[in-house]
Formats: sequence, C-alpha cells, structure tokens
Amino acid sequence: MIDNVYLSDISRGILKENPIFRLVLGMCPTLAITVLVKNGLGMGLAVIAVLTCSNVVVSSLRRYIPEQVRIPCYIVIIATFVTIIEMVLQAFVPALYDALGVFVPLIVVNCIILGRAEAFAGKQPVLRSLFDGIGSGLGFTLGLLVLSLVREVFGNGTLLAETKMAVQLFGANFEPMRIFAQPAGAFIVLGLLLALTNIVFKRLQID
Amino acid sequence: MEKLISILFIYILVDNFVLQRFFGICPFLGVSRKMETAMGMGMAVVFVITLSTLVTWLVHYYILVPLGLEFLQLVTFILVIAGLVQLVETFLRKTSPTLYQGLGIYLPLITTNCAVLAVALLAVRQDFSLLESVVFGIAASLGFWMALVIMSGIRERLDLAKVPASLQGTAITLITAGILSLAFMGFRGMLSF
Repeated sequence: MIDNVYLSDISRGILKENPIFRLVLGMCPTLAITVLVKNGLGMGLAVIAVLTCSNVVVSSLRRYIPEQVRIPCYIVIIATFVTIIEMVLQAFVPALYDALGVFVPLIVVNCIILGRAEAFAGKQPVLRSLFDGIGSGLGFTLGLLVLSLVREVFGNGTLLAETKMAVQLFGANFEPMRIFAQPAGAFIVLGLLLALTNIVFKRLQID
Repeated sequence: MEKLISILFIYILVDNFVLQRFFGICPFLGVSRKMETAMGMGMAVVFVITLSTLVTWLVHYYILVPLGLEFLQLVTFILVIAGLVQLVETFLRKTSPTLYQGLGIYLPLITTNCAVLAVALLAVRQDFSLLESVVFGIAASLGFWMALVIMSGIRERLDLAKVPASLQGTAITLITAGILSLAFMGFRGMLSF
C-alpha cells in the first residue's frame, strides 16, 4: 500500500499529468532546445535534478515558510539549485552548456518547477515530494525526447547526432527538411503531438 | 545611434522574442484568447521589462561586479524582478486605480514570464551598455506585445471556426503560432549585428 502511493506519484507525472502533453507547462525550453535529442536529454536531466532537489527542500521547509511570502521563498530555493546545475554543466559538459545557452538559467522560471512546489511539495511530506519531483521530471524528459526525436530525424536526418552513437538515417542524397529544425517546425510538431496524445488518451480513456 | 535602431528592429521583427526565440510562450498561449486581455498583458510586460532591465543592469555592474559576486546573478535577478513586480503593483494600486485595474491582474503573472529574466540575462551576456539594454528591453517587449496581439486576433476568429475535436485547445493554437512564426521567417537576414 505504501509503495503504491509513491508509485502513483511517479506515474502521475509521467502519464496523467505529463507536464508537456497534458499540462502544457514549461513550453519555452521545450520548443527552443529540442533541435537535437542530445540537447533534449540534457535539458530533461537538468530539470529532473532541479525539480527533485527543490521539491525535497520546499517540502521539508513547508512548516517554516510563511504563507504570504512562499512564492519568493520557492523562487530563491529553485534559483539556488539552478545556479548549482549551471556551474556543473559549465564545468563538465561545456558543449551542452553552450548549446542550451540562456535556457539553463531560465530553468528558474520554468512553470513546472514552481508549479510542483506550489501544488504539491508545499503541502505534502518529503518522501512523496521526492517521488513527485522524479515523476514530473521524467514526464518532462519524455516529452522533450519525443519532440526532439521527431525534429532531429526529419530536420537533420540523423539520430543522436553529436554523440558517440550518432547514426545517419538516410542516404547521402537525403535533403533534410530544415523547417523541422526551425522555430516554426517546433510549434507545428508540438501542436500535432498534442493532438495525437489527445486521441490516444481518449481511446484509452485515461482522463 | 545606428546600433540602437538596429537593436529595435532586430528584436521586434527579425528575432521576435516569442516567435523566433521562444521566450514567454506560457503567457503567449495563456492570455491570447481575447484581444482586450492581450493588450493589457502586453502593456504590463513592456512596463515591467523596461524597468527590470534598467534595474538589473545597474545591480549587475554596480553591485555584483565590484563585489565579485557574479555567481549570484541568477538569484539576484529573479529576486529583483519579483520585488519590482510587487512594488509596481503596490505603487499602481495607490496612485492610479484605473491603470491598476487595467494591468493589475497581469502583474503577478509576469514574475514567471521567462521573457523578463531572459532580457535581463541576455543584456548582460551580450555586453550591452545601459542605454542599449533599455532599448533592447523595449524592443523585446514590444515584439512580445505585437505577437500577443496578432495571436489574439487570430484566435478570436478561430473560435468561430470548426476545429477537429483532437486539435481543439492548445494544439490548434500551437499550429497557428507555427504558421505565424513561418511568416516572420520572412524577416530573417534583413538585419543583424
């Protein structure tokens, strides 16, 4: 029974309340950095780390943070973890840090993180908040991976480019559909993916 | 002067903050349903971004750099922005009730508008001078406002159209934004630094 609560905390973030496909939160990095799977995965992992840490700290401090100033308190906690992640990325994976650019510090204002702090971690015990953070982070990463997979395959003709496992999917005569890598492509692909998830969820009646 | 004008044009049309750079997508999708709210939100954003860029630039170059505290940039900027939004809200409520009624409800939402923090961070990262930063802020927020108003105009028409069930809501809005972004790609290459 106890395990079930934690499991449902994780699965809720991935499926029923998927940040990208169901809640449509955190759209700025979602649309901007999903040109390559590598960038999507990097951003997803950074968000999982920040979200899990901030959820745990917010939840453990929930009795001490006054109601009126809770939002500024949450933001300071989140900003601290984002600064840490920013330094870690800069030190260990500088290429990824450059590719993500200003969207690394912008994790601070990613609505998912503040949203989970406000809706969940500020009211629930530490352990549940931990699992909720992992679940929502995984859901966000999943969304990024799907979107970046579509955009990279069509817009670049590759799979996992800029990594050791890079695969050229089509022959040398393939002309990539550059529009998928452009901003316009990001909007349209995400719109179509949202429509697709709407259909799938309706069929499976998960709502 | 030349640089100021090109900053203005680049960030309103060529490198539009919403449609080309993906900053402030959440309010762009959230409050673009009605022309009236789009105008209100747009005005509030122009006001806050211009002011916050000015303050964060001063904080960065006169407080953080002399003290060698650049690593606190993010925490300071977000606190300055949150505090500033609160201050503007209180100030407007006391001094100009009419303006407050127009902008008031949008102000709290602006703290988490990533365009505000993005302008502050990019102004410092691109080594803009104070005047350039303020013009950059004005241009970026005007671009945001313009995209928001265009989008709300389209969405008011879209309400009357027959949209397939699975595309209703955010999906069709995103596809519309994609086509809008495609149109703005026409400005690509017109101007650059």
